[in-house]
Amino acid sequence: MAVLVINNNRCNLCGQCIMVCPFKAISRQNDKIEIDAGCKMCKICLKNCPEKAIGLIDERRTTVNKEEWRGILVFVEHLAGNIHPVTIELIGKARELADAVRHPVYCLFMGHGISQQAQKLLRYPVDRVFVYEDQELAYFRVDTYANIFEDCLRKVKPSIVLVGATSVGRSLAPRVAARFRTGLTADCTTLEIRANTDLVQIRPAFGGNIMAQIITPDARPQFATVRYKVMTPAQQLTIPRGSIENCSVSPDKLKSELILRQVVMKEELPGISEAEVLVAAGRGVREQKDLALLEELATLLGGQLAATRPLVEMGWVHYTRQIGLSGRTVKPKLIITCGVSGAVQFSAGMNASECIVAINQDRNAPILAQAHYGVVGDLYEVIPLLLEKIKGVRETNAL
Amino acid sequence: MFQLKIIVCIKQVPATSSVEIDPTTGVLKREGVESKMNPYDLYALETALRLKEKTEGSITTVTMGPPQAQSVIEESFILGADQGYLFSDRKFAGSDVLATAYTLSQGIGLLGEFDLIVCGKQTTDGDTAQVGPELAEFLGIPHVTWVREITEVTADKIVVKQDLGNSYAILELPYPSLLTVEKDIFQPRLPSYRRKLLTAGQQVKVFTFSDFIDHNEQKYGLNGSATQVERIFPPLTKQDQTCWEEPAPVVAEKIYELIKDRNFI
Repeated sequence: MAVLVINNNRCNLCGQCIMVCPFKAISRQNDKIEIDAGCKMCKICLKNCPEKAIGLIDERRTTVNKEEWRGILVFVEHLAGNIHPVTIELIGKARELADAVRHPVYCLFMGHGISQQAQKLLRYPVDRVFVYEDQELAYFRVDTYANIFEDCLRKVKPSIVLVGATSVGRSLAPRVAARFRTGLTADCTTLEIRANTDLVQIRPAFGGNIMAQIITPDARPQFATVRYKVMTPAQQLTIPRGSIENCSVSPDKLKSELILRQVVMKEELPGISEAEVLVAAGRGVREQKDLALLEELATLLGGQLAATRPLVEMGWVHYTRQIGLSGRTVKPKLIITCGVSGAVQFSAGMNASECIVAINQDRNAPILAQAHYGVVGDLYEVIPLLLEKIKGVRETNAL
Repeated sequence: MFQLKIIVCIKQVPATSSVEIDPTTGVLKREGVESKMNPYDLYALETALRLKEKTEGSITTVTMGPPQAQSVIEESFILGADQGYLFSDRKFAGSDVLATAYTLSQGIGLLGEFDLIVCGKQTTDGDTAQVGPELAEFLGIPHVTWVREITEVTADKIVVKQDLGNSYAILELPYPSLLTVEKDIFQPRLPSYRRKLLTAGQQVKVFTFSDFIDHNEQKYGLNGSATQVERIFPPLTKQDQTCWEEPAPVVAEKIYELIKDRNFI
């Protein structure tokens, strides 16, 4: 058992460890230092003890033979055969990691009537696509999908498994990772690989206030989920080089305890809290009709229009679109604020956003100090040019 | 009338997620270390309370953590839980998702038969949303995550509406099974003063490593953890901010490149 021990012969009760413990897990009991169950094994006390009186007794578990686990496997998420775009992003990342250690890239695709779709995957830099087809696999059910996933992993023995951090992926991946008693790192934003095939996973914690670098040193396969739109999608190949392997499905793996009664497609657009991209309008917008400009930008970026409180009070924008303490808290991947000054009440509702671009004429506006990218400029000049640029490129691509 | 025996998993988390890292020592600054119940767990507890009222069932809350984590169990008594357990031992220190889920499964294994486990969708400190599904796997029971609505409860099944992003799935589960519920599935009730007086002094039962059936120390704490945090560091801070003051066409071009690089177009 890895455990921190106090060498009472060396300890002079200076109390340094009590001070540095971020978890308040160390206390002095009479003439001894005690560590309680609050200990998170961060080992800061060990590093900070001036008397070197804290030791770590570490009996690591047996290590795996990393040579036996080869390749990077991507789980192909789909709804009724339509492949989720996060899959292509994962393939892109998998290829990059695999090339660094000369490993193959695999896909696991399970569903019903998906052979056409499986062919499409060969346009991307994959080496092999394992296809499991059965009526029972048409829609996601966590138990049958976990069974097939397990079957594939036992056969393929990949070193790394990448799953989209979607609703489906984040329900399925933990189930399978637990079955293999291996590590799973959620919502990775950066992935790198070491020569010994250890995956270096970086993810946000504490609501994005801290980044953690995590490895899975003694277990295989290494599981990671990655959010949609974090990695760059794989480029299509001119000449496909991968192959499809149809795998047999044994009936006992298809027995489900869950009965799927119905799948209902959502019709309503997500609210501003769920939107990945927001364009926020502030008092720099002169007239209500000018909002159309920002609305257009939001639509082009697949996002939504939001606003500050004054615009809602003037009745220009519906109250459900208000950001701030008296409105909604939002955490989109991208927010572009236009003519927003950045009062505390507003910024409290959006400062956890992953990328903040602020456009304001006043270089002293507080918003420019809160943004990752502050633009000193007139939104009436910048936004039309930006729209032109985006639309121009779209048309070129369409041709 | 059938009676549902429900277990709710709760966790004590720091009262604020606005933690900082000391840039010189690399140490997490947790001044004050104010703690509270993970806010998402309030929805899990409320879901259990509604089911209890509907079925005349019972609620047991469980948590894993240091001795002071028993305060979240006491809080659950005030809200209406019937009994509660704390799984606490220094041997559990440094647990990742895998070791945490395993420890919970061992502790829950000591509680006898149950029908349903309800968890919050995730915690506000780890943010992984993985402990619920891994716990279900270790207990060998089915699970459904992101439950938005409970549409039907009978003596032999529960029907739920699962939010899958672009779609909803209506799923029927047998007992025992595990649910993780979305925020806003029900409005959590406020603690009542009457129940506070009534439950004052109600005991939180404690299980330690020695109470568990599996005494393989390799499955708990740091040893039982497959993942290892190598380092923590602050994210992109305001020091990294960029300011663009060029003429509008240059700036528009820069914004365009930025949103293109980040795959928004």
